[in-house]
Amino acid sequence: MKTGRFPLVAVAFAMLFGGVPATAAAGPAAFVGVAPATSAAGLATLFGVAPATAAAGPAAIFGVAPAAAAALQEEGEGKALYDAWCAECHGATGEGDGSAAESMLPRPRDFTQARYQIRTTGSGELPTDEDIRAAIENGLPGTTMPGWPNLDDGQIDSIIDYLKSFSRFFGAGPPPEAMDFGSDPGGGAAALAAGAQAYIALQCQECHGEAARGDGTSAPTLEDWRGLPVRAADLTEAWFFNGGSSVEQLHRRILTGLDGTPMPAAIDAMNSGVVSPDEVWQLAHYLASLGPREMPTLRDVARVARAEGALPADGSEEAWAGVETFYFPLSGQIIQSPRNFAPTVDGVWVQGLHDGSDMALRIRWSDPSESPDPRWDEWQNKMTAALDMDGAEDIPVDSAGSPLFRPPDALLLQFPFDPPEGTEKPYFLMGDSRNPVYLWSWSAVDGVSAGRGRGLESIEAFADDPVTGGAEWAEGQWTLYLRRQLRTDGDGLDFAEGIPTPLAFQAWDGSSAETGKRSAVSSWYYVLLEPPASSTVVVAPLLAALLTGAFGLVLVRRAQDRRSK
Amino acid sequence: MRSRFWQTPAAIVALSATAACGGSDAGSEEESMDEQQEAAAAVDPAMVGTISGMVAFTGAAPMMSAVDMSAEAECEAGYGEGGPMSQNALVSEGGGLANVFLYLSEGVSEAPAAMGAATLDQLNCRYMPHVLGVQSGQDIEISNSDDLLHNINATPEENRGFNISQPRAGITSTQRFQVAEVMVPIRCDVHGWMQAYVGVVDHPYFAVSGMDGSYSIANVPAGEYTLTAWHEEYGTMMSSVTVTAGASSDAGFEYGADAMGQAVPAAEALVLAHGTSRIRIDRAQPQQ
Repeated sequence: MKTGRFPLVAVAFAMLFGGVPATAAAGPAAFVGVAPATSAAGLATLFGVAPATAAAGPAAIFGVAPAAAAALQEEGEGKALYDAWCAECHGATGEGDGSAAESMLPRPRDFTQARYQIRTTGSGELPTDEDIRAAIENGLPGTTMPGWPNLDDGQIDSIIDYLKSFSRFFGAGPPPEAMDFGSDPGGGAAALAAGAQAYIALQCQECHGEAARGDGTSAPTLEDWRGLPVRAADLTEAWFFNGGSSVEQLHRRILTGLDGTPMPAAIDAMNSGVVSPDEVWQLAHYLASLGPREMPTLRDVARVARAEGALPADGSEEAWAGVETFYFPLSGQIIQSPRNFAPTVDGVWVQGLHDGSDMALRIRWSDPSESPDPRWDEWQNKMTAALDMDGAEDIPVDSAGSPLFRPPDALLLQFPFDPPEGTEKPYFLMGDSRNPVYLWSWSAVDGVSAGRGRGLESIEAFADDPVTGGAEWAEGQWTLYLRRQLRTDGDGLDFAEGIPTPLAFQAWDGSSAETGKRSAVSSWYYVLLEPPASSTVVVAPLLAALLTGAFGLVLVRRAQDRRSK
Repeated sequence: MRSRFWQTPAAIVALSATAACGGSDAGSEEESMDEQQEAAAAVDPAMVGTISGMVAFTGAAPMMSAVDMSAEAECEAGYGEGGPMSQNALVSEGGGLANVFLYLSEGVSEAPAAMGAATLDQLNCRYMPHVLGVQSGQDIEISNSDDLLHNINATPEENRGFNISQPRAGITSTQRFQVAEVMVPIRCDVHGWMQAYVGVVDHPYFAVSGMDGSYSIANVPAGEYTLTAWHEEYGTMMSSVTVTAGASSDAGFEYGADAMGQAVPAAEALVLAHGTSRIRIDRAQPQQ
């Protein structure tokens, strides 16, 4: 399920932002309340770590801590490893209530319940040791559970034994056995069509939505076994699937369900003939075809090409077909309170064109709710309660339990006013007093406007900025269209061709109580308006090749003519 | 009168035992079934009695709240003019409280194994019944009478749970809970208003109060027991009960609510000596 994001990654992200003040690294560590005594061995290493280490990747982050290494030599290796690496989130007694747990959604696994989402066994059954091993080795994408490449097989074995000991269910019966999943009849166009039919036959759209972005009719009411809000997965973002994105893995999730969540096992439906075993495989192929398998490669620069003809007049699919798309990930704003550890918007897809005088951008992002929307009131209340751990302002509710305020969905683009010198950029949370940022702001209620930001709480709107545009929501996705002259007489920024301009994003899902600082943010990227020359560079060699070919043809024809005479 | 009272359930038990064994293959399973059959047949009318009574509700009857089923017009159409109402506190005109699970919580030393399957249906986006009693290990046949998607998500703590989808009418899933647990919640995540409770006990001495608040537990071996009543809104109450062979013991419970709708277990509101059985309240303890 994609409710959870990855605060740890978010921290790393935060550290990569240009000009992050010293408090950025210290803030989260203080926030999760890591005691100094445990910090040497636990995840605290992560939070307190220097930016250079964070950037070096998980291996460095999760390098074996000295305290844990010493304990390995002793009896009770599983307990020592668990206490060192797992207890921070999963709790010393395995109840999923470690000191960092409250900030996570979904919460860490409660091992005493032995309710495992990712299994090769039937609904409600215990996982096999291999199922647990896979979760430890690879982590659970879309949640706060990282993979643990620093642990060897023997160490993982001992951890598996130890965490099974938290639950009386293990050892009470015969060891769990993996289901027989049959064999994949293969993909292809016909399989995808059959898979799309199976999606409807199994009524997947009730929760996941027609376009599979997690926006089904029942999506606003979904809860996990703890009663905490849980998202129907956005099936177009496979890199967040906690059980993996391969066809085989998707097939298993369909037949085993995700225990502890609303996702049921379809095994009885299959056995009752609603779908055939082959059709379940075809459904897995269909789901695997809905988006990229991996997170799109991160590119620093969004190129805004020079349009051949007129700029697109809106954000429609036809107008933007064939225009290169850039993906930029967002993560929760966790630097300033109220923090957001489970943001809805996890990335934006950006396309851009210009014609030398105007620039048009098309920005799309998944959001299952078109906020404000009263159908999501209960969800909004639950999100507020579930993540209200650092004194975040609650949104008050009336006597009937309806929130008094329904924040709208919103997106914000920011550019520095002054051209950056070197790698220094304004503070990524809407600048600061010394380095203001130029903002393009869209909200579902107020539409598009521009302004100047000097920090999150100091935003000044421009009355005369010519930026225009609007957004449409359909099937769990917003499409925002923005257009502005490159150069203006107003207070806004002038854009020049050929010079990369830093760009960052901030997004809000109102129905998840995201408002103000509780938002999703991106790092700094660049937008680059390609100069007209760039098209000549492509066209000239093409022309040359064509002319050479034509000349060759003429020569050959002449030679043939001569021969035939 | 007295003899007819116990003969009927005994006959049913014997019949189901016969049916369950019919046509089964030879083997240890059959042997154990034979033992069960013997056990069932061995219910000696001279050794058992019946507990029955009323679960009453005093004070202001709770307001019924409407359930918004507009998301499933097909289900909504199954209800009359008033539309679907909540099931969490049903009080009859006569003041009886329905959907109370009553079971012997102490005093049962041995019990026959479960016979046949219990059934849980989904009809018009509602569980039928709303409260179900089963014996540990007993088959529960869960079926879908609605031609739309339901998922059956059981989240017990003592037992293993399950979460099964039934995307159309006519599908039946068979599930079991292996150990006693009162109660196991079952819900449908597609339709957030759908909620059922399953009481799992190690013996067949349980009942669920009907729409009029009455209940009856038959074939209880003579002895001293604790009878526990559970209601989803008004909590748990207990009572001592003595069952005398060949007699019917009357054991009533009284739930109530004050003007604010808060549960008020009426401590003295109990019952009654009937025949040779004595009943009194040991304690009343609403949950939470």
